[in-house]
Amino acid sequence: MSFESSELRAELLGIFFEESAEGVDILERGLLSLADGDHDENLINDIFRAAHSIKGGAATFQLEVITRLTHAMETLLDQVRSGERSTSSELVEALLEGVDCLRAEVSALRNEGETDPARTETVQERLDGMANTGNAAAPHLAASPAATKNEPDCERLWQISFTPHPQLLQSGNDVVRMFRELAEMGELSSSANTRKLPSLSEIDPLQCYLSWELKLQTTVGAEEIAEVFAWVEDECNLEITALDARAFKLHASETEIAASPAPSQPEASVSTKNSESSASVRVSVDKIDALMNMVGELVITQAMLRQVGENFNIERLGQLEDGLAQLARNTAELQESAMRIRSMPIRVVFNRFPRLVHDISRKLGKKVELTITGESTELDKTVLEKLSDPLVHLVRNALDHGIETAEDRVAGGKPESGHLTLKAYHLSGSVVVEIIDDGRGLDRKKILQKAQVLGLPCSDDMTDEQVYGFLFQPGFSTADKVSELSGRGVGMDVVHRNITDLGGSVRMESESGCGTRVSIRLPLTLAIMDGQLLRVGNQTLIVPLVAIVESLQVAWSKTHNLVGQGPIYRLRNEEIAILDPARAMGIVRQQAGDTENALIMVVEAGERRAGILVDELLGQQQVVVKSLEENYGTVDGIAGATILGDGTVALIVDVVGLMALARKRLPTRNRSEKTSESVHLFPAGA
Amino acid sequence: MASVLAVDDSPTMRELVEATLKGAGHSVLSASDGVEAMRIAAKQSVNLVITDVNMPNMDGITLVRELRQLDNYRFTPILVLTTEVNKDKRAQAKSAGATGWMVKPFDQSALLNTVKKVLG
Repeated sequence: MSFESSELRAELLGIFFEESAEGVDILERGLLSLADGDHDENLINDIFRAAHSIKGGAATFQLEVITRLTHAMETLLDQVRSGERSTSSELVEALLEGVDCLRAEVSALRNEGETDPARTETVQERLDGMANTGNAAAPHLAASPAATKNEPDCERLWQISFTPHPQLLQSGNDVVRMFRELAEMGELSSSANTRKLPSLSEIDPLQCYLSWELKLQTTVGAEEIAEVFAWVEDECNLEITALDARAFKLHASETEIAASPAPSQPEASVSTKNSESSASVRVSVDKIDALMNMVGELVITQAMLRQVGENFNIERLGQLEDGLAQLARNTAELQESAMRIRSMPIRVVFNRFPRLVHDISRKLGKKVELTITGESTELDKTVLEKLSDPLVHLVRNALDHGIETAEDRVAGGKPESGHLTLKAYHLSGSVVVEIIDDGRGLDRKKILQKAQVLGLPCSDDMTDEQVYGFLFQPGFSTADKVSELSGRGVGMDVVHRNITDLGGSVRMESESGCGTRVSIRLPLTLAIMDGQLLRVGNQTLIVPLVAIVESLQVAWSKTHNLVGQGPIYRLRNEEIAILDPARAMGIVRQQAGDTENALIMVVEAGERRAGILVDELLGQQQVVVKSLEENYGTVDGIAGATILGDGTVALIVDVVGLMALARKRLPTRNRSEKTSESVHLFPAGA
Repeated sequence: MASVLAVDDSPTMRELVEATLKGAGHSVLSASDGVEAMRIAAKQSVNLVITDVNMPNMDGITLVRELRQLDNYRFTPILVLTTEVNKDKRAQAKSAGATGWMVKPFDQSALLNTVKKVLG
């Protein structure tokens, strides 16, 4: 279709893409419920409407492939809706394939992927075949009705007798409007018949009592004249007759012109330059309102502070303090509101699982019921995006290795259908996502055996958690045979790394024969975190609070120096390696400090623990993480930086990185020793 | 310059109608379903209502029927948008009190022509 401007087209296309993406999800979810035997009328209406809306939009933009696909799907769904067709699994599968093609087509138009025209064609044929619309006309694309009319172009005199039914005016139609439209077609004369008009006192102003005889001299055909009355054809008596057949005048030149605007061919593809997809977030109005509200509060506080500052004297100190306290509150709330804008419900990730579980369990020949709870739990957009792949992997694992076949389950005294639960909830400042299955559980013995084979340090008295931790080792798989879905030993370590990269942690719990629970704990956001400030030499470092287990003071005399391991402290039956960040990062210590005791902060990353040697513990504080890579360069052992209240830059420690780094540059027991090669990484006051 | 209430559950269509009519100097109120449209209609009158048929919560045909019950919407032109080729929906809309219909998909000039036709 033609748009007034290409900007408008691009903008509307953007909206259409978002709408289609949502529609595709609704379609998919609905179809899966249908497959599960849900035949609720509302459900079918929802699915139908989703297909219908996408088709409407696609036709508007003349996206032929999508229009054809959705048209076939809509036809099938309409048949289901009207009861002409029952929902067979064959139908649902065909429609789901249609959904896949639709999704691929939409993302291809957004420049996000490739389409497989052959596949789309096959799916289209299958849908068409089922819908029995193989020989039906293709759905209408936008074309102006005038261009398709094939009326002879000659001027004629038409007699139109028009007798409206009395209630014609009550549908918002207006006789004058119709006459005006006729007058635009040619020369119009009219005479009204007032015979039925009652006396003034009896007139009902809502009724139409008049009828008309009209004469129209025009080149327009009868069909187009009737078109004027199309909306009221049931509400009037209409006769259109040609009066003057002799007034026949051919307009040869005009015929040609009228014939030329044939319905334009749909554009082969969307102009790709205009639709450069920018990362955008859809934000609910509530969140924006909350943000606006907070900004409003801030403005009020600012006005109040200005007033206090204008003629400030010591008597007003109390007011100033109140004002500053209010400012702190406002800022915290504003920060929270702003963060909520970046956050999205985990639903966007969970949504793909009904389909995934449906497909995989079919492939495996297992029966699985999926329960999803806490879909509206919100997480930072970036965290969500990176969470998707690990979750898919864990769900595949649960279906492939966890849940048994129906026969095995029945034999084991369990219900025939396996149960998989995806759960998300808030837990003290972080979000927990759990994947729970009621399958056969993890085999502790088998894992230990495998660990031995792989030469990993292990013993029988390890805790379950430590044993399950082996599963996160690269190349570790206990699957007897490699299947298409999982068992290649690639993945769990990647899952673990991805989650750790997000600042989260993974835990596995399992009971043999009863099932497995994988818990992923994630920070709410990556941009702001709670940090512990500490001093090492002349540097202020920040350690993420989530990584800290405890801080303690130990006497150097109580530590042991292991060859190749550096100093070790035995803390409650656990050997803790002591790492010196000053040494690892080349921070200079001006004075020797306490040579008797060491201040150790025990940190945890994944399953590993270590003690960081600290000169002084400073406060705890929420810090805004700034990327070091963007502003400076990558530094081993450093995750980022932040700016403190006094304007100095503090580095944020990457605990995993520091552990790796410290292993390379081992600290010695004699802490006063200085290395000559130490570099001022960030001199104080820089 | 007229005021138009555009009702459609599809944001694309809603934006299209809104952008087109605003471009022609009309003021546009929009609603995503019948219920929202009724809420707006209860508060103010408009010169024209354009509504989709297939919508969640309250469909277009019910909306037309409900609007006609309101004093200030008894004679307001109401157009229904429909992609449905079958005449059933049109007849239903008409008997519910709709003024006329427009077939989707339409282009901007078709929409403007129709609106001009109704508003005179």
